[in-house]
Amino acid sequence: MRKRELEESFVKALMIFSTCVVVGSFICILSTVFSKGISALSLDMLVKTPKGGYYIGNGGGILNAILGSIILGIGAAFLAMIISIPIVFYMNLYSAKNSKYAFLMRFFLDILWGVPSIVYGAFGFALMVVLGLKASLLAGIITVALLIVPIMARSMDEVLKMIPFELKEASLALGATKLETGVKIMLRQALPGMLTAVLIAFGRGIGDAASVLFTAGFTDSLPYSLLKPVATLPLAIFFQLGTPFPEVQERGYASALVLTLIILVICVLARILTKKFTKNILK
Amino acid sequence: MNKRKRMDIYARKGMLFISAMICSLFFVIVLGLFLKARPIFSGHTAGEILLSSAWHPTRGNFGLASFIAGTVWVTAIAMFIAVPLTILTAIYLSEYAHRNIREAIRPVIDLLAGISPVIYGVWGMIAVVPLVRDHVMPFFSGRFPFFPFKSDNYTGYSIITAGIVLSVMVFPIIISITCEVLKNVPAAAREASLVLGATRWQTIKFVILRKAYPGIMAAVILGLSRALGETMAVLMISGCSLFGFPKSIFDTAYPLSALIANTYGEMMSIPLYESAVFLAAFVLLILTTLFNMVGWGILLRAQARES
Amino acid sequence: MKDNAFSSSAHISVRNLSVSYGRHQAIRNITLDIPDKKITAIIGPSGCGKTTLLKSFNRIIDLQEGVKVTGQVFVDGEDIYGPEADVMQLRKKIGLLSQRPQVLPMSIYDNVAYGPRIHGMRDRKKIEETVQLYLKKSSLWNEVKDRLHEPASRLSIGQQQKLCLARGLAIEPEVILGDEPTSALDPISEERIEQRFLELKHQYTIVLVTHVLRQARRLADHVVFLYFGNLVEHGPASEFFSSPSDARTHAYINGNFIDEYSDAPAAVMSMA
Repeated sequence: MRKRELEESFVKALMIFSTCVVVGSFICILSTVFSKGISALSLDMLVKTPKGGYYIGNGGGILNAILGSIILGIGAAFLAMIISIPIVFYMNLYSAKNSKYAFLMRFFLDILWGVPSIVYGAFGFALMVVLGLKASLLAGIITVALLIVPIMARSMDEVLKMIPFELKEASLALGATKLETGVKIMLRQALPGMLTAVLIAFGRGIGDAASVLFTAGFTDSLPYSLLKPVATLPLAIFFQLGTPFPEVQERGYASALVLTLIILVICVLARILTKKFTKNILK
Repeated sequence: MNKRKRMDIYARKGMLFISAMICSLFFVIVLGLFLKARPIFSGHTAGEILLSSAWHPTRGNFGLASFIAGTVWVTAIAMFIAVPLTILTAIYLSEYAHRNIREAIRPVIDLLAGISPVIYGVWGMIAVVPLVRDHVMPFFSGRFPFFPFKSDNYTGYSIITAGIVLSVMVFPIIISITCEVLKNVPAAAREASLVLGATRWQTIKFVILRKAYPGIMAAVILGLSRALGETMAVLMISGCSLFGFPKSIFDTAYPLSALIANTYGEMMSIPLYESAVFLAAFVLLILTTLFNMVGWGILLRAQARES
Repeated sequence: MKDNAFSSSAHISVRNLSVSYGRHQAIRNITLDIPDKKITAIIGPSGCGKTTLLKSFNRIIDLQEGVKVTGQVFVDGEDIYGPEADVMQLRKKIGLLSQRPQVLPMSIYDNVAYGPRIHGMRDRKKIEETVQLYLKKSSLWNEVKDRLHEPASRLSIGQQQKLCLARGLAIEPEVILGDEPTSALDPISEERIEQRFLELKHQYTIVLVTHVLRQARRLADHVVFLYFGNLVEHGPASEFFSSPSDARTHAYINGNFIDEYSDAPAAVMSMA
């Protein structure tokens, strides 16, 4: 009897320890990034572009990277939406929920989800060569969009799967077409979840460096053309940290803080928007 | 045929088309990488490339073995750390924790998953590298001067550093899938054991884990696949120097993914260099996809058996 | 009703209809007429095809996986399963009220306006009038007139069913199908819906599936008895309940029905 209880307490202690390690590492990450970054963060960093020699210690900021990442992220999210939404609607509306077609689509989406982002980057590079594109905002948008389509589509699929069949039936019984049912009913019912899916995918998109490494290039200027290279925050961080100059490295930490803040804001936004749009939906 | 019906039909066709494009995307990627990698096979055999550790692109040596070894070392350490921690955490969250605790920790897991890999790299540089360099490495390498601890690398940029950071990166995926799997164990099975007077842990050990075992395996496999493919973080902290096969957890490593990332810019000048890198990407793709398919396959089989 | 010519007062004519889902045969070779502007009740034990028959009238069973339909169903003289059939128009003509009220995720007003809007109504004034008219017809107007733009999900279940009725009526169908429309409601809401049906039958052909014989007795002008996908008997309610011709019918309506096909212990129907 005592042995049983001893074992249970021991294991429980291990479990709580593990949970603390997991939560603790999260706290550790946030606090180190915050503390290291906050000291070097200045308004200059946020509103200026790098002047010549920024990476060897001269002045300027990372506005080019901030704007570049945001614009690239938005572009990629839009492109990914255009691809994902039709796919998940077909899976959940036009074909039966558990049909062979849906199974196949989910299978391929899962496989694509598991492809490492560096592979997407390498593929994007190969695509660029074939299409004759140079490293540019457009190439970056396409590559990141391909990267985040599986993430976005999967989350959207999860939401749409939960819509009860009776709701679709009710709309169709009134004489609506499937398209009308999808747009006017299912989208409404799933709106919070769909928005969250887009935001989460957007967050993944702007945080990824491996996919934009070969495809978006890098530049000191603000983004102004789809066909020119664009700076991204992850790469800016990487480059700044890669220099031997401590002042530049400090700025790298500050840039990391900026990126982290952007992603945190997106997560919080996702939660808020979810609450805001649930007025009409059915539980 | 009126307008509404026409729109419906166009929409249907458009959706099918896009779906077909996405399905074929995977094959296009495989094909694309393979085609880009093919030139290297004209002068070297696959065995030569995969098994040789001689990497001197200027001399025409493209042995990927030490990079593959680097990937294996780093991933192994990461899984060694992550697996027990995540499974224990997942069991705690789904079987023991009060609902409030669970709801409070869930967003933490989601946020861990959302943090950019570069940030993980930064964290590694700020927090883990000094830890390993100043405390862990001297302790182990001094006290246990044998495999796998003995090392000459005092920089702190090493396999164990990358392994630690990588393990945190895979926490979310293993925890979330394991929690799902545990949630799907039918309540009847739990009840049957508790009703006989078993403690919670005994129920978990003998009933729940037994039922959830395939799913947990799948979670680990998917986490493994994620670790294999991670690039940025390991690039920043594993050292990336070419000293041949790593022989210690404190040695530097040069994982395959880092190789692909690092050669940006240098690729063009040396013949076949680009091809070798695409081959590395191809190998990485096949490897991760295989693991993914096994993982998803297990999950699907388990799901099908339930229903 | 053994002749094959269309009865002149038939709104829906079913000829040799068989429906199967995969390997399960839900309806076997049914031929009958649904009379115009009357209430027809489809009765029978659970799971014997009543809902399938009902839903075949507006082709909503098309949505089920693996469904196979043979035979013909004529509505106003046209075979709705023919190659030329316009399913959307059919569904405008035939409205469906489901067992569990399924409101749309929008306001009360938008729920009723949904049908008219998708069928082309654009004029705001006309929509307002339509919404008001049909909410009145389903006797929900007084309860909701001050909160038309609140989410429909906040209504009670009885109110939701009335809303679904209003929504179905708003597309101005000729036929109303009800799939056990009161089984999820409390007795008072049930009585109110039944009242509506009795009034509406002067304007619409109504077909109701019910497993409550008392309800069929209360409402039906015409009764159809299905037993495991087979049509056993159908006829005017007065004849049907007083002197049924088939022994099974007699057993069923007298509550002596034993479910010989199921493993469950003998199910005795509640007293009619």
